[in-house]
Amino acid sequence: MSRRTKIAAALVFLGILHGLAIFAGFLAPYPYDEQHREFPYSPPTPIHVWLSSARAPHVVFLLGTDAYGRDVFSRLLYGGRVSLFTGLLAAFLSLGLGLALGTAAGFYGGWLDRLLMRTGELVMALPWLYLLLAVRAFLPLHITSTQAFFLIVVIIGGVGWVRPARLIRGVVLSARERGFVLAARGFGASDAYLIRRHILPLTTGVVLTQATVLIPQYILAEVALSFLGLGVGEPVPSWGNMLAEAQQYHALVAHIWMLAPGFAIIPVLLAYLLLADAIMAPAARAR
Amino acid sequence: MRYIGRRLLHGLLLLVGVSLLSFLFADLAPGDYFSGLRADPRVSAAAVAALRAQYGLDRPLPVRYAAWVASVLRGDFGYSLAYNSPVGPLLWARVRATLLLTGTATILAWLIALPLGIWNATARGTWRDTVSKVVLSFLLAVPDLLWAIVFLMLAVETGYFPAGGMVSPGPLRVEDVAWHLVLPVDVLVLGMLPMLVRHVRASMAEALDSPFALSARAQGIPRRRLLFRHLLPAAANPLISLFGFSLGTLLSASLLVEVVMGWPGLGPLFLEAIMARDFALVLAVVMLSASFLVVGNLAADILLYRMDPRIRMK
Repeated sequence: MSRRTKIAAALVFLGILHGLAIFAGFLAPYPYDEQHREFPYSPPTPIHVWLSSARAPHVVFLLGTDAYGRDVFSRLLYGGRVSLFTGLLAAFLSLGLGLALGTAAGFYGGWLDRLLMRTGELVMALPWLYLLLAVRAFLPLHITSTQAFFLIVVIIGGVGWVRPARLIRGVVLSARERGFVLAARGFGASDAYLIRRHILPLTTGVVLTQATVLIPQYILAEVALSFLGLGVGEPVPSWGNMLAEAQQYHALVAHIWMLAPGFAIIPVLLAYLLLADAIMAPAARAR
Repeated sequence: MRYIGRRLLHGLLLLVGVSLLSFLFADLAPGDYFSGLRADPRVSAAAVAALRAQYGLDRPLPVRYAAWVASVLRGDFGYSLAYNSPVGPLLWARVRATLLLTGTATILAWLIALPLGIWNATARGTWRDTVSKVVLSFLLAVPDLLWAIVFLMLAVETGYFPAGGMVSPGPLRVEDVAWHLVLPVDVLVLGMLPMLVRHVRASMAEALDSPFALSARAQGIPRRRLLFRHLLPAAANPLISLFGFSLGTLLSASLLVEVVMGWPGLGPLFLEAIMARDFALVLAVVMLSASFLVVGNLAADILLYRMDPRIRMK
């Protein structure tokens, strides 16, 4: 498979997965909080192509139900919304921050560079998950789901700017001294023009590879936070808080479908891995 | 020696910076340990204020910071309000448990990753490399959390392994702890392995492709000697950095696994402290894990300095 096909395949697959989450409202058979109290922990409904009308069930649970009789498949789709888009938005945020701060540090140098890089070192001196949890710890714990979603995006994205910023700074530092940039500067180009026209395009490669690395990492971070009860809370589903409900080990074997969100993460991460490998492949060969 | 001293000073300054930043951030954050009490209608505002004054929470920031530094120097690491005791003694038992878990897992993961990565690098382009690549990619895509839950579920179902915790009731026995270690260590190794093997494979592959490897092979140096005596040292630099990072994350790598599997390490303590808004405890755990990261990086730098003459020349 050529690199181009790999990238296209991964992108299409990711597009489908994200599409499933976006269109959860159309695709999910039930609302995420609709309770069928008479069917707690109902196993996945067996699907027959020809239903004899006598045995046809009037409710169909593709992946079974949870303790309150809520459809796991519907919750999985809605939960994907939270988990996948936390990853995307948080990566967007930290890449944006990293791009702005890294470019500023690399292009202008001096005290700004020193300040930003020293601050970055402080952030890097903390283990990542501990930092996330600690930042979360100092912010209000009891908030609505929407607030929690945006808070988590801001925390994950805001904490993660350092690595992209350092990488982008490196690219900008070398780009600043390239012949065509010096020439453009000699012709009287302004800083803003130089950055926009000549420097930023050179950072595309780093930004893209960082995106493919950061997004899956951030999806896992959201899952971890929600799992620990510090993220999006009930009744809104996220893959993390759905997994937290699966934590009754003595009974879990009997309702194994509660693990569905855990397994749903795997194809997402695999697709991002494939994408990252394909994007980084020419760089590896050049080395 | 001057190099090491400089790096040591740098790490120390970094830690001071981290602690200052944490204090500042905690000061800006809303709520403290007594927020819950304040919402309680039976407790008067004056009583809460008195409590805050008793524990010194109402003093200005620089005074509190100075008091905290003094307490760190005494080995107390501040005063936990939730446990009503100095933080230091609370931490040590937890740190030991976490280090036992992550230390075992890290050693095991490296012992597997090194030969596997080298073997994969020599087998590039063959079906063995492809198979191992596919398996490792799959492992990389399975979250730790899922492994932990599935392993625990199987432990409960089969009864072969204890379902969480570190010791059984009764007197402490070594083989009992070892038995409890098996599952959490497995989860951690599965989590660490793919990343390690990838790095070992990549740096060994680079060494294998270098001209000196070709020339050494042409001179008839035996394969094993070539791999371990000539190529491994040449490929070692990124691996040493990675090893330093492994050392640095000894305290922090296992948080989720500890929480899920009920291992009485730092992770559950940290989470409880967060929920209770026990700032002293949160700060102590953060500082401790940060110092481990700093020390791990420092150890890697010193090792690199000793191993690689090119760095010493600079």
